[in-house]
Amino acid sequence: MAPVANRTVLAVVEHDRGTVAPTTFEALTVARTVSDRVDALTIGATADAIAGDLAAYGVASVHQVHDDVLTDYGPEAWGEVVAHAVRALAPDVVMASGTDRGNEVLAQAAARLDLPFAANCTELRTGGGDGGGDGDGVEVTRIRWGGSLLEDATLPGGITIVTIAPHAVEAGPAATPGAAEPVPFTVRLDRSLGRSVVRGRVEREAGVTLATAPVVVGGGRGVGSAEAFAPLEELAAELGGVVGCSRAVTNNGWRNHADQVGQTGTRIAPEVYFACGISGAIQHWVGAMASKHIIAVNTDRQANIVTRAGYAVIGDLHEVVPAITAEIRRRRRD
Amino acid sequence: MRILVCVKRVPAPGSKINITADGTAVDTTNLGFTVSPHEECAVEAAVQLIEGHGGDATVLTLGAVEAGEQLRYAVSVGIQRAVLLPTAGEEWDPQRTARAITSAIRQMESADGPFDAILFGNESADSGGFQVGIRVAHALGRPMVNGAKGLSIDDGIARVQREADAGRETYELPLPAVIGVKEGINLPRYPTMRGRLASKKVEVASIDPADATSGPMAGAVTGPTTIALRPPPERTSETVILGTGPDAAVAVVDVLDEIGVL
Repeated sequence: MAPVANRTVLAVVEHDRGTVAPTTFEALTVARTVSDRVDALTIGATADAIAGDLAAYGVASVHQVHDDVLTDYGPEAWGEVVAHAVRALAPDVVMASGTDRGNEVLAQAAARLDLPFAANCTELRTGGGDGGGDGDGVEVTRIRWGGSLLEDATLPGGITIVTIAPHAVEAGPAATPGAAEPVPFTVRLDRSLGRSVVRGRVEREAGVTLATAPVVVGGGRGVGSAEAFAPLEELAAELGGVVGCSRAVTNNGWRNHADQVGQTGTRIAPEVYFACGISGAIQHWVGAMASKHIIAVNTDRQANIVTRAGYAVIGDLHEVVPAITAEIRRRRRD
Repeated sequence: MRILVCVKRVPAPGSKINITADGTAVDTTNLGFTVSPHEECAVEAAVQLIEGHGGDATVLTLGAVEAGEQLRYAVSVGIQRAVLLPTAGEEWDPQRTARAITSAIRQMESADGPFDAILFGNESADSGGFQVGIRVAHALGRPMVNGAKGLSIDDGIARVQREADAGRETYELPLPAVIGVKEGINLPRYPTMRGRLASKKVEVASIDPADATSGPMAGAVTGPTTIALRPPPERTSETVILGTGPDAAVAVVDVLDEIGVL
C-alpha cells in the first residue's frame, strides 16, 4: 500500500542481549511500505547500541526503555513495555517480526490493550474495515495453516497490531536513511513482571544452526533409519551446513525434534536445501519453501518435492548422496 | 496437582485443504480431524505431570459438538476429565475465544479449586494466531511462557525450557502458571485399550461460552475478520532433472558451484 504521511508505525526491535534479530530488518522494510514515519522501540539497556543499525532502514526515532526488570528477555515485561509505549505514543500500526519472541510479545501487548492482533502477516493494505477499500481499518494478508493457506482479513480501525512473517520479504535499506535519534522512554514496571524473565540459559555450541545454515541437507522417511543419516551428515559437513529432517523422521525417533523442518519445526531459508527421500507434504514444504535453491533427491519423479524443486536427481539417496560428497572432494583435491 | 490442558479440533496436518465455493472457509467435508500437534504434546505433558505428582487433569475445548472426539482422544491417553464449550461450529476470533475460556476456567476453579498449571499449544495448526493462551493468562493474572520444549514442576515453580537462537533458555514461573507447549517436548503416547474404554465412558461436561461473550464485553473491538482464504501462489518451478542415480553427482556439484556454496 502507498505510504500514508500522517500514519506512524512503531516497530518493536527484537534482540537478544543486544544482538538484533535479522528478521527485524524485514519488518522495518514492510513498515516503510505502510508509512513515511517509522519509529522503533528497543527494550533494555543492552539494546541501546542497536539504534545505529536502524538508521539505514529509515527509522526516525528510537524509543529506548531501561529498567532493572529488563536485564534479559521476558515476555510479560516486554509486552507491558509495548503496551505502555502504544498508550503514550499512539502509533497507528505496531509491528514486530513473527518469530517466537515477536509473536509472544505482541500477543502480550494486545492482551493488555484488549486489541486484536494478527500474527504472521505478509502484506498490509489501507482501506480495509468496510470491504469497500476506503474504510479506516487495515486489510492484511496473513499466513494460516503454517503457510499452506493465505488469509485476507480486515482489522478494525484504530491501532493495528501485527507481526510480519519471517522471510515474507527481503530486508532492504531505505532510499533515504532515517535519523534513528535515540529518545529515552520512561515506564514504571511492576517488579512482579520479572517472574517470567529468562533465569538462565545454556549457550548453543558455536557453529551454524538449522535456521541460519547456508546449506541444509534434509532427510525424510526414505532415509530409513537413524544410522542411515550418516552420509547426509557427511555431505552437510562438507558444505558447512547442517542436517534437517521431516516430521516422519522425528515421529520414528530417528532424529531429535530440533532438526525438524516444517510447520511445527524450524522454518529454514538456506542458499541450498537438499531434500533427500522427502515426499514434500505441505507441512514440510512450508518450512522449506523459503530456501533459495532446492535440490530434491528422490526415487519418485512425481513426488511433490520433485515437482516444486528447482533441481532434482531421480535415484536412491543412499547412492546419490555419497556420490555428491565424493564429487565435491574430488574437485577440491584437483 | 490439578492441571488443565486446552486443545483445538483442527484438520489433520498434511491433509490437502480445500476451500469452500465462497472462498471464506475451509471445506471440511472430506477432512480428518485431530488436535493441533503442539497440543498433542501439551496433553502428553499434562499426563506426565499427573503421573509424577498425582492429582488429576482436565481437557477443555471450545468448538462444535464434534470436538468431543478430540476431548475423548485426550482421555484415551490419560486425561481424567473433559469439558466442552459448545459453539455452532463457526470460527471464533482469538479475543472472544480467550474470554470464553477464561470465564470457564473461573467457573471450574470456583467450584473445584485452582489449577496449578494450565497448558496450551504454542499456536493452533489452523489459524496460527499465537495468542489465545497468552490472553487467558493475562486475564487470570498468571505468568505465561510460550514455546516450552521442557517442563517440570517442583516446590511451587514451573521450570520451562525453551529454544532460542543463542541457546536453551530456562524460565521459572511461580504457580499457578500458564505454559504454551511446543512439539518436541515429548513424544505423545498412543491410547491404550483401557484408555479407549475410559474415553467412551467419560462424561463430557458442558459450559456455555455465550455468557462470557455477551453482556458488557460483547461490543469490544475484535477481529481479524476473514474476507478470503486462498492457497499461496504455487511455486511454479520448471524442475531441472540433473540426472538419474549417482552419475548425476557431477551435474549436482556443477549447480553448487554455480550457486557459490562450494
